[in-house]
Amino acid sequence: MVQKLETLRESPSQTAGPYVHIGCTPNFTGIALYGGDLGSAMKTGPVQGTEITIKGTVYDGTGTALRDAMVEIWQADAAGLFASANEVRGQADPNFTGWGRSPGDMETGEFTFDTVKPGQVPWPDGRMQAPHITAWVVARGINIGLHTRIYFADETSANATDPILTRIEHQNRIPTLLAQPEGAGTYRFDIHLQGPKETIFFDI
Amino acid sequence: MSDANPTGGFIPRDRNWQPDALTPPYKTSIKRSPQAALLSFPTSLSEETSPVFGHAMLGDLDNDLIHNFAQSGQSAIGPRLIVHGRVMDETGRGVPGALIEVWQANAGGRYRHKKESYLAPLDPNFGGCGRMITDAEGFYEFRTIQPGPYPWPNGMNDWRPAHIHFSIFGHGFAQRLITQMYFEGDPHIPLCPIVGALKSQEAVDALTAPLDMKRTVPMDSRAYKFDIVLRGRRQTYFENRVEGM
Repeated sequence: MVQKLETLRESPSQTAGPYVHIGCTPNFTGIALYGGDLGSAMKTGPVQGTEITIKGTVYDGTGTALRDAMVEIWQADAAGLFASANEVRGQADPNFTGWGRSPGDMETGEFTFDTVKPGQVPWPDGRMQAPHITAWVVARGINIGLHTRIYFADETSANATDPILTRIEHQNRIPTLLAQPEGAGTYRFDIHLQGPKETIFFDI
Repeated sequence: MSDANPTGGFIPRDRNWQPDALTPPYKTSIKRSPQAALLSFPTSLSEETSPVFGHAMLGDLDNDLIHNFAQSGQSAIGPRLIVHGRVMDETGRGVPGALIEVWQANAGGRYRHKKESYLAPLDPNFGGCGRMITDAEGFYEFRTIQPGPYPWPNGMNDWRPAHIHFSIFGHGFAQRLITQMYFEGDPHIPLCPIVGALKSQEAVDALTAPLDMKRTVPMDSRAYKFDIVLRGRRQTYFENRVEGM
């Protein structure tokens, strides 16, 4: 016998189910509480940097849009700083939360985030990562939340040296991580849970 | 420095312990489960940071589901409960300032949602959601009513055990977790295809709250205890460095 390793096990995940919006965006479902839904506005005043809008839809393996998903995003501000207690490199933009939560459109499921183009953030070894947004998707039928990243198709040079993008074996899947410009500061980032266009999801 | 919080990367998620994406008895997972392997990377600042939620944003009744949607002077129908516990990380440290959001069916097993079609009635005094932030040592509690079990479209006759959904925000986006709390002794637990996504009895037990008589309020509310464990961070003493630096 050996000594015991005294660590706890992470609580197991269970699906968010069909009514995640009741818990996380109750006002969206018609339950008026809390004075508004958390994460519905990422800008609390004039922000630094380039303001952008990201739109997208989550699709299942049959190509059907999910209307019961919740998407959360987390990102640095335009200078690459996070509005987090763990941020030690400087003071992030006080008018930018960096965190957004969208229940999607009631009829179409399309999610929308009004945000800013993130600055670059270092990888643990000091190299700079390409501008990106961390995204997390939960819904009925998803047993454990799915992490992915939103990179930008118009950041060609930064993407070409990004520590993650350059290490992906199946380079033909990288477009699933690229938000595509749709003009006027708007990008499209659709998420495919399954199938030939399946988004790259991360164990991170 | 032994008391300082670790600042290394997050401990990898144990995918042999967590449920798989594809669990066919839970039919909706079949077309909503990624088929390619997840891409594994160590966490970086993007996952080691997270937004801050202050106690100041909370209203007095946010953690009281019996009253937060009820008409003045009224209360939700159902067995009155206190649910309490502690949010810790894998190293056993309490997680202060964690945002917990909960939602549940009413005592008849009905959710307040326009897509919900179960014939059990709505309770006009029950909204079904609440939220709270853990204290300096990671403890939380809220008041609610016992949710009912309810049928759901999966197999011909599947019923969910009584449960409360939990969404937890810790200190890093890597810790983001949604799960469900079940009640000790519920005979529906071993029959449920969603519970069945869990890989072991030990995992089921980790989500099953015991009755806690010591925290019951006599002549008022029974209590259940539900601890939550989030991913922990590594110590950084021997963090990767270029040799010689």
